[in-house]
Amino acid sequence: MSQSNRIAGGQIDRSKTLRFHFDGLPYLGHPGDTLASALLANGVRLMGRSFKYHRPRGPISAGSEEPNALVELRAGARQEPNTRATVAELFDGLTAQSQNRWPSLKFDALAINDRFNSFFTAGFYYKTFMWPASFWEKVYEPIIRRAAGLGSLSKLEDPDTYDKGFLHCDILIIGAGPSGPSAALTAGRAGARVILADEDFRMGGRLNAETFALGDQSGADWATAAVAELSTMPNVRLLNRTTVVGAFDHGIYGAVERVSDHLPEPEAGKPRQTFWRIYSKRAILAGGATERPIAFENNDRPGIMLAGSLRAYANRWGVAVGDRAAIFTNNDDGLRTAVDLQAKGVDVVAVIDSREGGDLLSGIRHLRGAEVIDSDGRLGLSAITVRQANGKTETLKVNALGVSGGWNPNVNITSHHRSRPIWREDIAAFVPGSGEIANLLVAGAAGGTLSTHGALVTGDEMARLALDSLGLTAKAANLPKAEDAPVRITPMWYVEGSSRAWIDPQNDVTVKDIKLAHQENFTSVEHLKRYTTLGMATDQGKTGNVLGLAVMAGLTGKTIPETGTTIYRPPYTPVALGALGGRGRGREFKPFRLTPSHKWAEEQGAVFVEVGYWMRTQWVPKAAETEWRQSVDREVLATRKSVGICDVTTLGKIDIQGTDAGAFLDKVYANTFSTLAVGKCRYGLMLREDGMVFDDGTTARMGQHEYVMTTTTANAVTVFRHLEFCRQVLWPDMDVQLISTTEAWAQFSVAGPNARKLLQKVVDQDISDAAFPYMGAGNITVGGLRARLFRISFSGELAYEIAVPTRYGDAMIRKLMEAGAEFDAVVYGTEALGVMRIEKGHVAGNELNGTSTALNMGLGKMVSRKKDSIGMLLSQREGMTQADGLRLVGVKPVNPADALKAGSHFLKTGAAATAQNDDGWLTSLVYSPHLGHYIALGYLKNGTDRIGETMRAVNLLAGTDTPVEIVSPHFIDPEGERLRA
Amino acid sequence: MIINHPILGPRDAQEFVYLGDASLIHRPDGMTASIETFHDYTYLRDNPAGLHRELWYHEQGDRSWLVVTRNTVTHEITSVELARDVARAEGRSK
Repeated sequence: MSQSNRIAGGQIDRSKTLRFHFDGLPYLGHPGDTLASALLANGVRLMGRSFKYHRPRGPISAGSEEPNALVELRAGARQEPNTRATVAELFDGLTAQSQNRWPSLKFDALAINDRFNSFFTAGFYYKTFMWPASFWEKVYEPIIRRAAGLGSLSKLEDPDTYDKGFLHCDILIIGAGPSGPSAALTAGRAGARVILADEDFRMGGRLNAETFALGDQSGADWATAAVAELSTMPNVRLLNRTTVVGAFDHGIYGAVERVSDHLPEPEAGKPRQTFWRIYSKRAILAGGATERPIAFENNDRPGIMLAGSLRAYANRWGVAVGDRAAIFTNNDDGLRTAVDLQAKGVDVVAVIDSREGGDLLSGIRHLRGAEVIDSDGRLGLSAITVRQANGKTETLKVNALGVSGGWNPNVNITSHHRSRPIWREDIAAFVPGSGEIANLLVAGAAGGTLSTHGALVTGDEMARLALDSLGLTAKAANLPKAEDAPVRITPMWYVEGSSRAWIDPQNDVTVKDIKLAHQENFTSVEHLKRYTTLGMATDQGKTGNVLGLAVMAGLTGKTIPETGTTIYRPPYTPVALGALGGRGRGREFKPFRLTPSHKWAEEQGAVFVEVGYWMRTQWVPKAAETEWRQSVDREVLATRKSVGICDVTTLGKIDIQGTDAGAFLDKVYANTFSTLAVGKCRYGLMLREDGMVFDDGTTARMGQHEYVMTTTTANAVTVFRHLEFCRQVLWPDMDVQLISTTEAWAQFSVAGPNARKLLQKVVDQDISDAAFPYMGAGNITVGGLRARLFRISFSGELAYEIAVPTRYGDAMIRKLMEAGAEFDAVVYGTEALGVMRIEKGHVAGNELNGTSTALNMGLGKMVSRKKDSIGMLLSQREGMTQADGLRLVGVKPVNPADALKAGSHFLKTGAAATAQNDDGWLTSLVYSPHLGHYIALGYLKNGTDRIGETMRAVNLLAGTDTPVEIVSPHFIDPEGERLRA
Repeated sequence: MIINHPILGPRDAQEFVYLGDASLIHRPDGMTASIETFHDYTYLRDNPAGLHRELWYHEQGDRSWLVVTRNTVTHEITSVELARDVARAEGRSK
């Protein structure tokens, strides 16, 4: 329980102690710690096992670039796999488990993979698990998934909520190291609306990890003071724990704020995370740089890490990763680590500097022209082997090694619009290509300016540029004096050897794998990535990518800029799907709409069905009914015998007015509406421009220049959009106005022989057949309330649709049911509606499938050739007017006891069930309680001429082959006498 | 993306529905055009890497159809006009 590796200093609150567990063992840490810093303080270097070889691994970094130290954080439903211990903020009671090991982290049975490493090289999966194909899903994949993997999911529902939010600003500043606050101060003082976002919980970036002074303050104190000043500005919003994950179009950035990740569970009413969409006029990337390693044999042991991270653990967290340390570097920054560690009391055994020249450190053994060629230690580093400039090798007993191969500017976000970074020889690193993302400026290390002084200056400069372009005036800056050391680096990527040297520890990609990829001609960086998996998974190669492509450049003899990099894409760090989904889950996944009779239907115990966003009554079971068919059959029979009522509010309703309204309808409908008499309705068929049927419905002429169109429920929105297109774009001078009134009217169908008798009790006007004939339409009143009545029928019965303003819909359904009591009126749902329309032979969604023509539906004559209308001409194309094309037919089983199967295809008697013999298919089928057997509609080749033919309905999936008779699609009342009664 | 609506100012692209090439404005007359002409109008589109004039509909807004000139490579939008004005200017009437 002792924090054996804790040393003095750091930005942790030692007055408070936090308890936490890792793999079941208890440890102590302090506020300000990450899980990684606290474990290292407790002497725990081993935190995970590698992906392929199950090698023991510890953190190599102190930030979000971490490839190794991935853990399952928390337990139960909040368990989260693949969490980087290096950014997981410690809280009291935290629990974490290591991943990808069995039975334990210290003894992992699959570490045997390491012995067989020569089998697991690049392309191993492609080459090995090829045959037989049937083994793929059942045998290979489960094995691979178990053996090679990351963490496991809890498989429980996430108990937390996630939010989405929108922010607007003049200047978004991404990153709060030295350059970010410098820019924010300049911008904030000038009065610009500023957002400063940083992924860390403590702003300051590298300033928190360094010992440099800024003016007369420490770097960390300067950052604290800068943040304090910014927090007093009402025009500045500070977002810590917030990662800007992507640059999108027109100044929009995505950012994830980890609102509650640092707490055992979110506070009441708070989300776990918020996904912000930030609308900025200007943005400044101040994202800093990430150190890269140098590859050498067995460079992946716990205790070997990036030199700057070793330094960060000492300076920021008061942790000595080991008491005997060495540094392996090719640049001056590595030397800083040696100096800082020694100042902290760590025994710095040697600095192994691959460069021949440069300044010699005093008081530390500084080996120049030297290399680390190997390491030792089973579960953590215990020794390194060093080869000196004179060729002599030496073993040094150390338990920490800091490696520095140079620093890569975090150019990622500048590449999000596909711009490729460019190579800068003097700092041996890629820097952003210029100008690819409009209004994005780059400051500090992210732009290749790696000194603290440079970061402060460029931050201020970029803020001034942004302010100037926005017409704001910057005040004089007051930048503190800071270190301004030049970058001195002699690139050096890997140490040649015979064993494995890791480039990408997360994916277990070694120098050997890159050599193999080269040997097999996967030399382009894009191929290299996919063949070796270099730079994939949670860290996206933040530490290893440049190293990998430099090795490839060396092998191909090309330069690094010639070799190039793969494209960086959003997100910068992994984003939980929950954060992207926000509140849109479960009931809130999509909006839902209730019909005006919903409350009443609920009271009756109705069963509802989702139709688009609508909840519609599917059927209304009575007490004794146990099967849905019993309810549906009863609703159909009662309607056909007496009267039934159905809420049809969901159908689209569009008011169309203007002196050109009739002419407009003639253009959008295939048939003619300008000749329709006032007070009448007509069935309308709407085509797409390609000649296929788009939608259908009845449209009524309510006045000389006023029509009311109905659309199908499914197409209410798209038809309206289409009509607006026709009105505004195709015929802009037509005098016609549109408004959707779908929500304005509650509309009920009243159908059955007693429909008129029922309605006459409710409406104020005479609606006798003479006064209100078939296909009549008009404005009426219901107890003085304005209403609309249409004498139209989908069921084939004497039927009306009555519409009242929506707020009276609930009262209307109650009134209709009360008036209908003497006729035993029923409410029928969408199932009964479907049964009756199929009995009558009306087409609906299954027939209006987007690939059917009017001719297919038996409605070819409706397409008027006397006028131009949308789709008219192309519906006449040769392929769409074939005499033997598909036609709508009715189908019934030869044996009335036979059931029909949805999806069946029509075959001639005796024909083999092959595609060549396919004569069409069954589109809609129901059990008709009226006829006492199954009936169906379908499309059959040359179907109209085949009425009376006996065929087979074959469904190979269901294994059915049923003799059927082709009949007229009108199963009831083919002459329409009921309609006109 | 942000579309600078000529009446409503800058609006998020999520409020809009995309249709496609503004060549759809030039619908031939079905009574006089050949099927081939109509086929080309209905199906053939240029797919430029660069400036593209295209139709967007402000469905979550004022229901305006717009002609947006957008660079398909950079997504830069250089012009937004009411489609009705464009259609009239390009000779459409009733």
